[in-house]
Amino acid sequence: MEETGIGIWGVPLAIFAGAIRVSTPFIFVSLGETITERSGRINLGLEGTLVFGAMTAYAVAVITGSPTLGVLAAMAAGAIFGLIHGWICKLPKVNDIAIGIAMMQFGLGMAFFLGKSFIQPVAPKLPSIPLGGWSSTPQIQAALNINVLFFIGAALALFLFWAFKNTRIGLILRVVGDSTDAARAMGIHPDRVRLLATAVGGSLAAIGGAYLSLYYPGSWNEGISSGQGLMAVALVIFARWNPIGCFLAALLFGGAGALGPALQSVGVTQGYYLFYAAPYVLTLIILIATSSPTRSLAGAPGALSLTK
Amino acid sequence: MTIEANDPAIAIAEKPASLRPVLEWIARRAEPVVIGLAAILIGLALFSLFILAVGKSPATLFQLMYTGGFGSWFSVQNSLSRAAPLLLTALCVALPARLGLVIIGGEGAVVLGGVAAAAMALPLAGTAPVFLTLILMAIAAMVVGGIWIGLAGFLRHYRGVNETISSLLLSYIAIALMNQFVEGLLRDPASLNKPSTRPLPAEYMLGNIPGMDVHWGLVIGILACVVSWIVIEATSYGFAARIAGGNVRAAQIQGLPVGKLIAGFTALAGSFAGLAGMIEVAAVQGSANASLAAGYGYTGILVAFLARHNPLAIIPVAILLGGIDASGGLIQRRMGLPDATVLVLQGTLFIVILFCETFYGRFKIFNPDLWKRSL
Repeated sequence: MEETGIGIWGVPLAIFAGAIRVSTPFIFVSLGETITERSGRINLGLEGTLVFGAMTAYAVAVITGSPTLGVLAAMAAGAIFGLIHGWICKLPKVNDIAIGIAMMQFGLGMAFFLGKSFIQPVAPKLPSIPLGGWSSTPQIQAALNINVLFFIGAALALFLFWAFKNTRIGLILRVVGDSTDAARAMGIHPDRVRLLATAVGGSLAAIGGAYLSLYYPGSWNEGISSGQGLMAVALVIFARWNPIGCFLAALLFGGAGALGPALQSVGVTQGYYLFYAAPYVLTLIILIATSSPTRSLAGAPGALSLTK
Repeated sequence: MTIEANDPAIAIAEKPASLRPVLEWIARRAEPVVIGLAAILIGLALFSLFILAVGKSPATLFQLMYTGGFGSWFSVQNSLSRAAPLLLTALCVALPARLGLVIIGGEGAVVLGGVAAAAMALPLAGTAPVFLTLILMAIAAMVVGGIWIGLAGFLRHYRGVNETISSLLLSYIAIALMNQFVEGLLRDPASLNKPSTRPLPAEYMLGNIPGMDVHWGLVIGILACVVSWIVIEATSYGFAARIAGGNVRAAQIQGLPVGKLIAGFTALAGSFAGLAGMIEVAAVQGSANASLAAGYGYTGILVAFLARHNPLAIIPVAILLGGIDASGGLIQRRMGLPDATVLVLQGTLFIVILFCETFYGRFKIFNPDLWKRSL
């Protein structure tokens, strides 16, 4: 244990910093899944999309030297994954939850296959903004060194919250998600809307992956995601399909994920692996607390198969 | 699809009436076989394109896959050994599927089953009789695995929690618990680089089937599949489960105990996955360690879907996928392809098989009720 200079205050500071660092992928995946689920479709394959996005971003950043191009390439790859998922789910008799699981396995397989040769090279990292410059304490400086994607994610959450309520596209999405028949009566093609919503959701999830490989932890390997893509699906339920709720829930999850490492940094090593399970336990408790066997969840899109 | 091209419906109608029931029987059963095989062929074709795209020869790859999986008695035995846990983890998906539940957290039950088996065996090994120890290990693993997946079923029915997500979360929690046990309470101080529990004495290991280099796990797995098939097809519980899987409301109106059925079927499913963990410890690893999370739970999902959740169909499918798994190393060495090649193949097959679900009921040839009308 190194001398921190700020003593026990290092723990809440580390959790705060960790919450911001760890939450960013959750923000993007859950916002993407919110768009998809608002259209009445569920994509459980986002875990695969996330990992494939992480690999694509890293590989492109290594080859071109530009992390921004890496993020854009990841978005394109994520959109392709979303289009495949959306196109197959359009067919009759196809179970969208099962397709999600299959896409997850496919995405992981492809990412591990194509990413094998990128485990060694080092990619340039995404830039971050040093908001802690005013402080002379290195811990605070480090904690406030916040990646640009975090701010983009926060802005996106606010924008989506506004857009769902106040734009034509937001209205179309909500109508399609609540009733396929009502949407048809309005002259909207529900399948087309869902296809696009799944593609957008996939490209956002891939940004979450790009953040993992290009910023934190900032390297590409096969264990880069441990279920973030799937936990984001649970997070969307917890956030009641509300983008701002997603942002806050992501921060909460990030804090839970940072608990173990923060305690370890001050010398608490007992039960390290149990702390590692904290985000999953938290997700499960939240799911249990917010679900109900008798009524559908408040705010749930009516055409969504998940909550039935 | 060319299945419709040589539609024999017209010929069938003119055959003597006595043949017709036989043909109807064949037609109804042919649908999953034909569509399933077509799906596998399409999946292999897409995978071949991928292999071509990365500049390798699909022909060489499939040949190596055959050699590595089934080309010699040695490789057949290897494939059968790898099929053993898949039989059990596939049941963990297939049984709840009869009730309309999609459980994907079998991996968690496998690792906890393995830890429970090791925790049960270590104080007994050396003192208690071998057979009794193995039985107790199996019971411990089944109870823990059953509780773990049963919890997902329980939460589904009584709390309305989506079982797909909860079972996966439980699986991550289980892996964290295993790491905690193996690194902490149960750690063998002698295991330095790879934390493990103390090893089982050799005489307490689950041995091989006489005359073969395949452990008894294969027999246990096949028995579990047969028992599951009997439970589903021939008992009133299985019948009730199929009704509840078709329509929960109808089942509740009929007075069927849907909650108990869900809890019971998920617990049985989990106990099979737990048993797979016990077999890994008692027949392969010799101790509980991180190798328990080898992905059998996830491959089991694919096996169950390929077998259309039919426990008897799981047996050949698990052996086939065990063979593909077994050939992974050979492909890696001979062709210089990453070990994830097998994962890509599995993912591709999985997607195409689900995609082909859309063709069920679309071909008249498989539906004798429509034969007359087609004339």
